[in-house]
Amino acid sequence: MGELTFIGLGLFDEGGISIRGLKEMRKADSIFIELYTSLMPGLSINRLKLMAKKEITIVSREILEEGSGRPLLEAAKAGKAVLLVPGDPLIATTHVALLVQAKRMGLRTRIIHGASIVSAAMGLSGLHNYKFGRSVTIPFPDGGFLSETPYVVIEGNKRLGLHTLCFLDIRVDERRYMTIYDGLRILMELERRKGRAVITMDSLVVGIARAGSDDPVVKAGFLEDVLSYDFGGPPHTLIFPGDLHFTEAEALAVLAGAPKSIMRSIK
Amino acid sequence: MPRFRQTSEILKLMERKDNIRNIGIIAHIDHGKTTLTDSLLAEAGLLSPKLAGEARALDYLEEEQKRGITIKTANISLLHEYGGEPYVVNLIDTPGHVDFTGKVTRALRAIDGCVVVVDAVEEVMVQTETVTRQALAERVRPVLFINKVDRLIRELRLTLDEIQSKLVRIIRDFNSLIDLYGEPDVKDDWKVDLTKGSVAFGSALHRWGFTLEIAQRRGLRFKDVINAYQGEGWESLKEVVPLHVAILDMVVKHLPNPVKAQRHRLPKVWTGDLDSEIGRAMERCDDNGPTIMCITMAQVDPHAGLVATGRLFSGSVREGDQVYLVNARKDYRVQQVSMYMGAFREVVDRIVAGNITALLGLDLARAGETLVDASHKDVMVPFERIKYVSEPVITIAIEPKHPRDLPKLVDIMHRLSIEDPNLVTTIDKETGEYLLSGMGELHLEIACKFLQDYGGGLEIVTSKPLVVYRESVQGRGVIAMAKSPNKHNRFWVQVEPLEEKVVSMIESGKIAEEMGRRRVGEILREECDWPVDEARNVWSIEEHKNVFIDLTKGVQYLHEAKDMAISGFRWACKAGVFCEEPLRGVKVKLMDAQLHEDPVHRGPAQIMPAIRRAIFGSFLTAKPALLEPIYRIGVSVPAQWLGDVMSLITRRRGRIVSSEPKGPLTMVDGYIPVAETFGLSSEMRSATSGRAFWQCTFDHWEKAPENVALEVIKSIRERKGLPLELPRPERFIDEA
Repeated sequence: MGELTFIGLGLFDEGGISIRGLKEMRKADSIFIELYTSLMPGLSINRLKLMAKKEITIVSREILEEGSGRPLLEAAKAGKAVLLVPGDPLIATTHVALLVQAKRMGLRTRIIHGASIVSAAMGLSGLHNYKFGRSVTIPFPDGGFLSETPYVVIEGNKRLGLHTLCFLDIRVDERRYMTIYDGLRILMELERRKGRAVITMDSLVVGIARAGSDDPVVKAGFLEDVLSYDFGGPPHTLIFPGDLHFTEAEALAVLAGAPKSIMRSIK
Repeated sequence: MPRFRQTSEILKLMERKDNIRNIGIIAHIDHGKTTLTDSLLAEAGLLSPKLAGEARALDYLEEEQKRGITIKTANISLLHEYGGEPYVVNLIDTPGHVDFTGKVTRALRAIDGCVVVVDAVEEVMVQTETVTRQALAERVRPVLFINKVDRLIRELRLTLDEIQSKLVRIIRDFNSLIDLYGEPDVKDDWKVDLTKGSVAFGSALHRWGFTLEIAQRRGLRFKDVINAYQGEGWESLKEVVPLHVAILDMVVKHLPNPVKAQRHRLPKVWTGDLDSEIGRAMERCDDNGPTIMCITMAQVDPHAGLVATGRLFSGSVREGDQVYLVNARKDYRVQQVSMYMGAFREVVDRIVAGNITALLGLDLARAGETLVDASHKDVMVPFERIKYVSEPVITIAIEPKHPRDLPKLVDIMHRLSIEDPNLVTTIDKETGEYLLSGMGELHLEIACKFLQDYGGGLEIVTSKPLVVYRESVQGRGVIAMAKSPNKHNRFWVQVEPLEEKVVSMIESGKIAEEMGRRRVGEILREECDWPVDEARNVWSIEEHKNVFIDLTKGVQYLHEAKDMAISGFRWACKAGVFCEEPLRGVKVKLMDAQLHEDPVHRGPAQIMPAIRRAIFGSFLTAKPALLEPIYRIGVSVPAQWLGDVMSLITRRRGRIVSSEPKGPLTMVDGYIPVAETFGLSSEMRSATSGRAFWQCTFDHWEKAPENVALEVIKSIRERKGLPLELPRPERFIDEA
């Protein structure tokens, strides 16, 4: 019986894969990798091939989405196929459609998890994962389509005292990665349009760059300061904290260089 | 009366509204419109001396002179004395060739009355009918000039009785057009009448003409004219009864001044509230009212830049005025104000309401634009979108012979499309081809000639002309569901035929997206009996006459996906599933939708293809059909070749509607598919020894017979590099 296994690559480079994932990869008849849902700046396909001791086929968004992952499913029908996915395979991606499709076809499916930006960002910031509300991606406003959802989500979470994790859009095929600066500018534009004082110059913001790498950057501060902070290369992530527990405030100050004044806002 | 007046005198006159007439001359091709214009130019006042000697001054483009037909619209102001009073006659030159009917329509907006020229030999022809109908539709009042009377005498050698009965027949035919197309409340008053002096006879070539009134005043009888042509006396006819006097007398006496005309025409040409400040000012043609101008022409002058010509309906305009273009949504400062004299513009300080003027400095102005002074920009309701009668039905691909000329070609194509909105220029992204679409072979031929001339001898290579088709449906399709590429968004869409009435309302500009959803909804509900939920929720009205309606209820995030969905709808309409030709007359209903929570998973790259696929899926189950463009064809031919002409038309899938003898000629009226007209002219020539005169105008879209449609679809798919096999609906419909 055929099998399709989703393996999470974890963060930043090929070193993020789990030992279990590595073993499965080595046992596979065919290995596919998708690289469009996230950016792993340190990843080398060649090194990955050496680790797998096998060829690895890169599958594009077109094949996985428009083509419904046909070559993958064909390979899985014939034997043991794995799909390598940056991060954790079913977090912040749309691969669940493929998983369901494979299950429907009667294939055995498995998931081997990897570290996700979701847990990494929460952890790096020192904020309690219990207190995060809905997360949201800030998309590039291409073709004039400016989504107001990020604004609405942050607003809704804030009202409940919850933190908001904002993923920043990436376009791997166009080599475009939204920076913290770009993301904040978009939110400021949304604020200008909606005018509900959700995003202001003294909003507390946490910017995280290159989570999972050897040199991650975490910087907390008021929007105005974070806007001008140099985070270095991608990928970037943003957090809008809600109400702070004193340990959260402490962590932001100590781990992320937030101004001492935030301690005053503790409820 | 002095031949030349100072500009300052004219400007003073322009403020006396009773003494202004804004008119055009319209005619069937070769019935003598340009010759008439020339004789008015040569004889009437208000022409600058440097121009007087030049023949056919309006035809200032070399191209027009070579072809002997007028293809560019130009304006001129004339001076005429009638009953001891001086009058300014603003004359808009309109092109006579049928391929450019769009320009005629555009010019009609600026004029209140027209002189219809009819050739005495050929009588009322297809194009006479078309242009008269258009004029009447815009409430433009006509007078009639029967031209080429000399040919009845010299060439046809008709007797006095024969001539008279021919002239009576022309007047009768012309009045029956007014009866047919005129508005009920004015048509009886507008019919032309010999005894009232609203008909003139004459010869524009020999520059004589008269109304009954003039003939009586001068003691001239028709017999005298015949006698004059039998001897040498005809040359003095232009001294006895000069043509310009007859024509301009008619114009001044029968055609309305701007105050009277604007009161009558405003409800037709403007949709705003007549009781508002701007409405009242335009109705009164008030010089002191807000500045409101309807731009009827935009031309690119190599030195001056964009020249926007139009009619001031209210207020005045001066250099330096702060103005606002309503459609372009842009503020401007007027850089120069001028009036027309022949091909030349005379710079002036100020032009007042009721007149025609040309302005510089408005680079985004286009024909059909509304200009208003900056202080009234918030309250201005733009003039209706100009109603174009014709649609481009033929396309050619153009490329420069030398690749280095490409930027130049692109630039000039852009200029051409500014000047002639009936020319559509597009770039095929797949093939990189530059496509030029127009209303007929001649239209494109002339456009290519312009490309070469404007480009200073630019060498271009053109493909053979291709017919443009439309894809439509004849039944209601299934509710098709399509998922976005990432499978996380689903749309349910159903298509059905859009009512013919709604299609024609879009065509006439009676409903348009810019009017706002509410107003469109009211009209659709009241006049087309649409159910409330459909009428109220029209998301988009697309240029190829398709409509997109939102029938969903409470779908989360749909407001964010709306613009992307509309883009998907437009994408589908622009290139249909049969062979990537535009859709026409399709009502697309969005029945339901489900969207992903996160905006990045429901971006344009997901929504647009999903909507398009759902439309295609439902389309293919809705009795789809290919529509082909149909010309109305009019042929005048001596009776002995009638049979040949009729069989020629029917052999090419045409049909004859009527054939009617008119003197020695028979007028054949019918329809023929555009696709069947290539090579028609040489076949027509050889079948009739060149004695048939004929022309085609785009008339309507019609379902192509199935066998023809399949062939056409196949060849278009081949040309566009698509798989030859027609896609099946299953390809576009997903399982829930």
